[in-house]
Amino acid sequence: MTSSVIDLDDLDRALLRELSLEGDLSAGELGRRFGLSQPATWRRVKRLEEAGILSGLRVEVDRAALGFGVTVFLGVKLATKGRVSLEDFERAVQAIPEVQVVQHVLGLFDYRLRVVARDIADFERVLRRRIMTLPGLGQVEANVLLTEERRPGPLG
Amino acid sequence: MQVDNTDRRILRQVLAEPSSPRADLAARAGVTAATLGRRLERLRDGGVIRTVQAAIDWRALGFEVEVSLRFTLDKTNPRAFDEFIAAAREVPEVVAIETFLGRVDVRLNVVARDMGHYQEVYRARILSLPHIAEVDALMLIATIKDSEGLPL
Repeated sequence: MTSSVIDLDDLDRALLRELSLEGDLSAGELGRRFGLSQPATWRRVKRLEEAGILSGLRVEVDRAALGFGVTVFLGVKLATKGRVSLEDFERAVQAIPEVQVVQHVLGLFDYRLRVVARDIADFERVLRRRIMTLPGLGQVEANVLLTEERRPGPLG
Repeated sequence: MQVDNTDRRILRQVLAEPSSPRADLAARAGVTAATLGRRLERLRDGGVIRTVQAAIDWRALGFEVEVSLRFTLDKTNPRAFDEFIAAAREVPEVVAIETFLGRVDVRLNVVARDMGHYQEVYRARILSLPHIAEVDALMLIATIKDSEGLPL
């Protein structure tokens, strides 16, 4: 995490927006779209990386085509807050290969998890064998993902 | 398209650490860099790889607050989903929209500069979205794991 926020101009924001749609553009190709030289583009991208704003690549696949037809979001409440260690829960949940996302949240639940499975039967197996056996687990709410879309957000 | 074991080995490595250098990913998948490049291109043309995007860290951009807003919609109106989603797309602070089968119908990921800004967005832009029956909020404290990795 960075301690101070760097100043961005409109061109930086345009570069970020473009990269948030196509992350593997070369500096040359990216620059051409904005009438910027390859070295100037490279310097700007480097600065955004160093500030931690560009935090790596995200490869999105057709999960169903790879045999993972089901994605489920779980809201998880810990049963014995205070007595169970958050670290123990986090260490165990992160190690589950079917769990893609773990977020510590404040509200109705303590954690949000994104779980992938081959089908509903496979999801039930993951839920029973891996999730329900996590240390300190309390109430769990499951919602099956139907559609998802990422937005450019404040960059747009 | 057909996906074979070599493709799966490559995807497993690429999805686990998409920012690693190609040569390292190839070595871990047990193929040459040339094979890895060729296979990735084929997977992309075949639609198995949908997009390669840069991950944006909203906190580093000055958006300190991230909230997951979960909505139940008034489903007596058959256009409820479409109209809600179309209106949510117009809110610049919304960075993700997901629909579900379950107790929750739609989830919006909302970012804001601080709590004051969040309150403003929530009151002026979110609560005015059409067909809301119920809403609850989960405020992000920390992301412990965020990966597109699959147990291939």
